[in-house]
Amino acid sequence: MAIGDVAAPVALRADGLAKAFGARRALRDVTFAAAPGELLALIGPNGAGKTTLLEILAGVQSASAGSVSLTPGEAGWVPQQPAVYTKLSVRENLELFARLERVDDHEAAVVRMLEQTGLQERAGDPLGTLSGGNRQRVNLAVGLLGRPSVLLLDEPSAALDPRQREKLWELVTAAAHRDGVAVVFSTHDVAEAERHADRLLVLADGELLYSGAPADLRAATEAHDALDLEGAFVRFLRERGH
Amino acid sequence: MRWLLVKDLRILRRSPLLLGLLVAYPLVVALLVGAALSSGPAKPKVAFANLVAPGDAGFSLGGRELDAGVYAEQLFEQVDPIRVRTRDAALEKVRSGEALGALVIPADVIDRLRGTLALGGGPPPEVEVYYSAENPLKRRYVESTIQSTLADANKALTDEIVKEAARYLALIVTGGSIDLPLVGEVDVLGLRRAQGIIDAAIGGLPEDDPARVALVQVSRFARLAADNLDISRPILASIGTPVAVREQALEGSRADLDVFGVEVAVLISLMLVCLLLAAGMLALEREEHAFGRLVRGLVSRSGLLAEKLCLAALAGWLLGAAMLAVLVAWLDLGWGRTPLWLAALALGAAGFAALGVAIGALAREVRAASLLAFMLALPVAALALVPSGAVGSGLYAGITVVSGAFPFKPALEALDAALSGGDVLAPAAHLVALTAAFAVLARVALRRFG
Repeated sequence: MAIGDVAAPVALRADGLAKAFGARRALRDVTFAAAPGELLALIGPNGAGKTTLLEILAGVQSASAGSVSLTPGEAGWVPQQPAVYTKLSVRENLELFARLERVDDHEAAVVRMLEQTGLQERAGDPLGTLSGGNRQRVNLAVGLLGRPSVLLLDEPSAALDPRQREKLWELVTAAAHRDGVAVVFSTHDVAEAERHADRLLVLADGELLYSGAPADLRAATEAHDALDLEGAFVRFLRERGH
Repeated sequence: MRWLLVKDLRILRRSPLLLGLLVAYPLVVALLVGAALSSGPAKPKVAFANLVAPGDAGFSLGGRELDAGVYAEQLFEQVDPIRVRTRDAALEKVRSGEALGALVIPADVIDRLRGTLALGGGPPPEVEVYYSAENPLKRRYVESTIQSTLADANKALTDEIVKEAARYLALIVTGGSIDLPLVGEVDVLGLRRAQGIIDAAIGGLPEDDPARVALVQVSRFARLAADNLDISRPILASIGTPVAVREQALEGSRADLDVFGVEVAVLISLMLVCLLLAAGMLALEREEHAFGRLVRGLVSRSGLLAEKLCLAALAGWLLGAAMLAVLVAWLDLGWGRTPLWLAALALGAAGFAALGVAIGALAREVRAASLLAFMLALPVAALALVPSGAVGSGLYAGITVVSGAFPFKPALEALDAALSGGDVLAPAAHLVALTAAFAVLARVALRRFG
């Protein structure tokens, strides 16, 4: 879907988002939209504003200017660090957030998420005893508890080994393809973005520089023929002074 | 908010070490402070060597036989004596640290006392006092205790001497008999009786008798002397206690030391539990990275603060109420004022919990919040206990301002008034204002919490 294509169904729309922390401008006039079931990868160098953008979309922070089409309840939020309680069990964490999210049938939602994450056998275990991968799965499950129309993930696979990463992406892509959830995730792994995303959003110094298919990023550089996507991404940023 | 409260209680229940420390530590601190405040200092151990030969402690005063042992016993009302037989043994007790000081009554003290009382001249009686120089604080304590004890014994002896001197004066003025050693009973004429005899003699003389003028002068002298000596008796009586003391409390706590100790002990527990729980549980939301997830529509920032404030205040109030109930029963303070002290504790708990959430919001990390809570709590409590007059007026004004900016002092005033009578409303209003102020500070600090 192209930006501004008003005819296509839209799960999420961000218009002219800006954020300033004092004199520092973390986001500048960011505008994009996401369709239901679409996977958007948000890539960019450190300090580009990826987490700030996701937190504004999730309702954790407010924007200095611009608007977001979502209310916080419509989006599932999966922060980079598992935002769950280590002294509570897997089931207790899911129950707590299901109640706080005011999920209609919270018990059914908990059972569903335990099944989808494959954590039924660990349901009674305290989070503190789980591996990083399993904690991240619970973190993701909390984000999906309220059957959101949009799922926002901040570097969800950053601390996971390849096997755990694969399980995580199975869950995320299933939510997108099976349930039509629009997914926006940030990552530093360009190969991961290429593998899972339908569209890339390249952010640098708070500015949205590119929105399009991964394959088209090569074409957007001057010497595109000899580069892989990561090389093209780096070249793309350098050509634009970043 | 209810589910957050349930979650926090569940987390606390699963942290038995933390919960145990949270309850035990304030209890221990409170008991130590309470015990220190409510009990006076223990009697210092003092080695005591009485070198006066047995049976030689008696001395005569105006024909009365007194026992120096009676006065020596007064020394032991304020010290715990370790009785030894020799001066060297007494000094050894001090050197070994077993005694903080030594008091030696030399063998010649009674002879000297007899000489002084018989106006026979010679050196006055002396007792010897030795101190441990190990610690200046200990030395000062023992020194002042022994000096005040000796002053008491001296005063008791002075009272006897003054009493005896007054009896002599009465004898000289009015006459009578006195039993003197070696001489036996002697009849003293007395000034008034002498004046009567002279006046009778004058009456028998002719008006122009030259002896009459001289006898009139003697009679006038006898009357003047008797009148003035009569006046000197009360003056003499006042020598023993020249200044009488009349005590009256004008304002402040009406509680006795035991009750005041209880109030401070309970409030220190309440303060530590509320501060640590409120600050720690709020900072824990950030450390568990849950804060961002919670405040994006699941619960408001103000709601989150209110939940932590209620949790800490409720836990502190329950602990404080249980402690105070036990102590009220133990000290037999009566249950009539229970609603008042429960309300005072609740207001204090709210004030401390509000300060706790402000600390948690500012510090943002559990360890930093706990450290800050400790660093703030104990000096604030100590400052609230500084009495006026103990420091300069300028410094005391500063201490009053600082103490008034934190909940300990108004909570102490409210609890004191609730337990012992007094104005509860002013400290209660002070606590409500502080609770609101710290809650606002916490809410502002929460803007940069995530």
